[in-house]
Order: sequence, then structure tokens, then C-alpha cells
Amino acid sequence: MMDAAVAESNFVHDEAKRAKTLRRFRIGDLTFKTITQTAAITVLVILAGVIVALVHGSLPAWRAYGFGFFTSESWNPVTEKFGALPAIYGTLLTSFIAMLIGVPVSLGIAIFLTEICPQRLRRTIGIAIELLAGIPSIIYGIWGLFIFAPWFQVHVQPLLIDTFANIPILNQLFAGPPYGIGLLTAGLILAIMVLPFITSITREVFDTVPPVLKEAAYGIGCTRWEVMKRVVIPYTRVGIIGGVMLGLGRALGETMAVTFVIGNAHRIAASVMAPGTTISASIANEFTEAVGDLYTSSLIALGLILFLITFVVLAFARLMLMRIERKAGK
Amino acid sequence: MRFMSYAVAAGLAVAFTVTTAQAADLSGAGATFPYPIYAKWADAYKKETGIGLNYQSIGSGGGIKQIENKTVTFGASDKPLPGDELDKYGLAQFPMVMGGIVPVVNLEGIKPGELVLDGDTVAKIFMGEITKWDDEAIKKLNPDAKLPSSAIAVVHRSDGSGTTFNFTYYLSDVSSDWKSKVGAETAVEWPVGIGAKGNEGVANNVANTKGSVGYVEYAYALQNKLTYTKMMNKAGKTVAPTSESFQAAAAGADWSSQPGFGVILANQPGDESWPMTAGTWILMYKQPSDPAASSEALKFFAWAYKNGDKMAEELDYVPMPDSVVEQVQKMWTNDIKGADGKPIFAMN
Repeated sequence: MMDAAVAESNFVHDEAKRAKTLRRFRIGDLTFKTITQTAAITVLVILAGVIVALVHGSLPAWRAYGFGFFTSESWNPVTEKFGALPAIYGTLLTSFIAMLIGVPVSLGIAIFLTEICPQRLRRTIGIAIELLAGIPSIIYGIWGLFIFAPWFQVHVQPLLIDTFANIPILNQLFAGPPYGIGLLTAGLILAIMVLPFITSITREVFDTVPPVLKEAAYGIGCTRWEVMKRVVIPYTRVGIIGGVMLGLGRALGETMAVTFVIGNAHRIAASVMAPGTTISASIANEFTEAVGDLYTSSLIALGLILFLITFVVLAFARLMLMRIERKAGK
Repeated sequence: MRFMSYAVAAGLAVAFTVTTAQAADLSGAGATFPYPIYAKWADAYKKETGIGLNYQSIGSGGGIKQIENKTVTFGASDKPLPGDELDKYGLAQFPMVMGGIVPVVNLEGIKPGELVLDGDTVAKIFMGEITKWDDEAIKKLNPDAKLPSSAIAVVHRSDGSGTTFNFTYYLSDVSSDWKSKVGAETAVEWPVGIGAKGNEGVANNVANTKGSVGYVEYAYALQNKLTYTKMMNKAGKTVAPTSESFQAAAAGADWSSQPGFGVILANQPGDESWPMTAGTWILMYKQPSDPAASSEALKFFAWAYKNGDKMAEELDYVPMPDSVVEQVQKMWTNDIKGADGKPIFAMN
């Protein structure tokens, strides 16, 4: 009897203790949930705030120019006629050049490092790539302006102009005079800047390929090229696209380095060697001394357009990833 | 303009935050062109009086915006505000210091001061009508120079700037073509050429690009050892850019002819006058909401007029002539008043 009573009281005691502990856990859980939730919601609030600020700030420009803002080539602070076309064109073209050169080279480096390179060299090159990613963009700009552009002007641009002088279309694309700086130079500098991003991501995803897959492929007599093409790249394409998109994101928004070497002219020329401008370079250049509400508003409208371009690019990347995943799932 | 790259970064950061100056410090914002001399004056003034200056060199446009929003005690602008705008906001305006703008070229075998240009030729070059260095118009001005037949690479400012305003104002004055097609502003739609950021950006691009021509504030031409040119002035005389020729342009000007001393010193008469001389202005409220702060600011400006000439000359600026300073200080006592209607500045 006595024992039962003691057991009973012990049980009650345990029950209370357990409930207390459970409550404490629940409160802890709730706090944790609230904190993380707040953090996540903050992002949404900031994003919404940025969009609202951009839309509100750019309203005068939209009211004044309407859709014509996208199609007008004029950028005239004296008569207050502003159009975004040259800046949009420059942003897309420089990013395209950067991707055209940056992606194949990055993939080449990543393949060499993961598959072909001797172990000791692998570390050295790997660290060099990471250092390249750590250089502030203004350094690329200064290097581009002082070292690369003068060299490019004297040694490469005349060569390009002469080589393509008699080939239709290409002679328009590479028409002089050689300024040294311009859209092509900006694209090349951007290519160097996106290299480390794409390389380090693709390198990491290449490392995730199970060795057994590659060994099996080598076992049936595949060459290195075939292993890369048939096994490694299909296995990692989602990661590769992710890396490329990250690089593209950087190229689209890069400001300082581009401002130094693009020539900052609101014009659209047939030649890729002509000076041009990008959205972010225009804003960085002109915001401080923009006099008049329409001028400021037009610059904010440019910012909104860049925001939209980035959004479309990201959405497109998502869509591509989803399609690939669905295809692979079959 | 000087220190532009730093100024832009710092300026963007502070432009959107409300800055509260330390109680004793003067607060101002605006033009980058006079920033080096304001900083130098402020440094010397602080040693003497213990009162510092918090000057945001965010550009003339930013300076005008900030004084109109009353976030600073004074604004600074390279482009004088017109009389109606001064009246609208109840602002007083006066010139603080001057400088010169010079064309710079990068041509093999041509030394600083050897090439001569005139306003019409410069306008045609910057409009893309003269495209080769051995064009007849340039040859005519320089019969003895060996000019290459290479293309002219035009370099201009990509950011809005008081230098550009004064340069394009001069070109509008001498060329009706320029006036109707391009106009005069702190930023314009350039028909040709590459844009570079800040005075140092133009200087670097000209130094790096063969066959180029640009325009910079005089001090940059000297510091970067660029090939500046001589100019033909309004009187038809060839002048070199020197402190004397800048001062000659200032002396010939009729400062009281414009509201707020807003005389633009481009293309002034006189045999010795440099045609591209430029002033920079201070903007203050005539009835400030904080008379004590404005009084302190005026004390600083009075000190700078009196003691700052040598420092200005060391940095290749041109101090204001005494006659102009006298007029400015008369305006202070007449126009800038506290709530009680008494002048807040009194000459000692």
C-alpha cells in the first residue's frame, strides 16, 4: 500500500516536472520560430520597401515620358529629354560579352582543376581564383583604365579594325576609332570579374559527382571529354546554371569597374568598340549632380529598370532549372 | 571635382542621411570644385578659433537641394542661381573664390602652352565637326606646329559638374551652333566623345589616350603635367592660363550687374582675360532659422576673404578682388538678418 502511494506521488511529481520541461521547450521553440520568422519577413519588407521607393521616385519620369522612356535614345539634361535605351543596351551588351567569354573559360578552369590538374597545382590555382574574387571592383576599374585600356588601344583594337575591315557586318561591329575604352573593354573586364564566381561554384558542383559514375564511364573506355560531356556536366547542370546566373547577376549590376572603362556616353553605336554606358554606371555618374526633379526621377527609373531586368533574369533561370529537372526526372 | 571618387562614395552615403553637425561646427554642402580650398581654410580656421567646418562635397546640385531643404547652414554651387530662384527661397548668394578651366591635349611633340585654340574651334571639335588634328581651322591658328593627321578623341565629363557648366556656357557664348544644338548645363548631351568621371577622370583619360582633347580645372593640368593649350580671348589676343589671366577676367567683370553676384566669368572682355574663368558661390538664407549658426558661418567667410588669399593661390585658385569682397560684405549687413530685423553680421 505504502509503496503504491509513494509510487503514486512520485508519478505525480514526475508528471509536473515533465509538463514544466515540455512548456519550457515549447516557449523556446516559439521564440526560435518567431525570431527566424521575423528575419525572413524582414527580407520581404526590405524588398517591398525598395520597390515602393523606386516606383514612387520614378513616377515623375513615367508621367513625363510614358513607355517612350524605354525606346528613346536621347539623354539630354539641358532640354530634360531622357530615354533609357542606350543604358539598357549597354547593360545587356556588356553582360553578354562577359558571359560569352567568362562562361567557357570558367568551365574550362573548373574542369581542369577537378579532373586533370595535378594535386599540388590544384591548390595554387584554386587560391588564385578565390583571391581574384576578393579584389574590390574599383581595383579592376583602375587596372582596366590605366593598364588594360591603353594596351588594348595600341595593340588589339587596330588589329581588330584592320582584320575585319573588308568583311561585311564584322567591319561595322569592329569599327574605329580605337579609344581604348568602350563597350568591348567593359565586357572584357566584366568577364574577368565573373570568372572566379562561376569557376568556384562549378568546381564545387563537379566535386559532388560520385566517383563511381566517372570510374564506370572510364571503365567502358570513355575519353576525358566524353566523361565530362556525358557524365559530369549532365549530373551537375543545375549547379552550373546557378553559378552562371550568379555571374550574370554580378555583371548586370557591376558599377565602378564599368564606369571607369565604358566611356560613359549615352549613345548606341553599331561598333562594340564605341563608348557606351550602363544603367548602374549612369546612376553612379550622374546622381550627385542631377539638378531638377525629372533628371533625378529618370535616374531612379533607370534603377527600377535594372531591378526588373535582374528579376526577369532570375525568373528565367528558375524556369530553365525547373524544365531541366522535369526532363531529368523522366 | 578634386577627390571626386572619394567624394562620390562619401557623398552618396551622407546625402540621404540627415547630418547633425556638432554643436560648434559649421555645416555646409555642395560643390566639389572648391572643396580643397574650403577644407584648407577650415583647417586653419579651426586652429585659430576652435570652430570646425563640416562640409559635404556632394556636388553643386546636392548643395542646392540641401540648402533648399534647410539641412545645412550654407550651400555651395559652381552654377549661380538666377535671381527669381533666389527670391523664391529667400536666399542670399555671393562668390567665394575663382578658378580657371583649360583645354588639355595629348599630342606627340606638342609641349604645354604651344598649341593655340579659339572658342569656335573648340566648339567644332566638341561637336564632332572637326575630327582630325590637321584640320584647316587648327592649322590656321598654329601655322608652325607639326600636327598629325590622326583622329581627335574627345574626352568630356560623365558626371554633372560646375566645370562642364562653365565650359559649355563659354562655348554657347562663342558659338550659336553650340547654343542651339547642345546648350549650357552641368551635364549636356555630348555629340561625340568619351565620358570620364571627375576632373581626375578626364585628366587620366587624356593622359592615356593618344590624340585626345579634354577640359579640366587648371590645377589638374598642372598636377598631371598635361599639355594645356593657349586660348584666343574675346579681344582676339592669345593668352596662356595663369593666375594673372584668370584675375584679369575677374577684374573686368561687372559683379553688381547680376542678382546674387551671379556673373559667369566666361568670355570676359580685356586683352589679358582668360576666356574660361569660373567662380563658385555660397548660398545662405536671408532670414535664417538659426541666426547664430549663420552668424558663425559669415564670420568664417569674412575670415577667409581676409586671410585666405595666399592659401587659395597655393592651390591654384584665384581669390576674389577686394572691391568685390567689399560689395559682398555690404550685402551681408543689408540683407542677412535675424528675426529681430537686425543684421546678424557686423564687421569688426
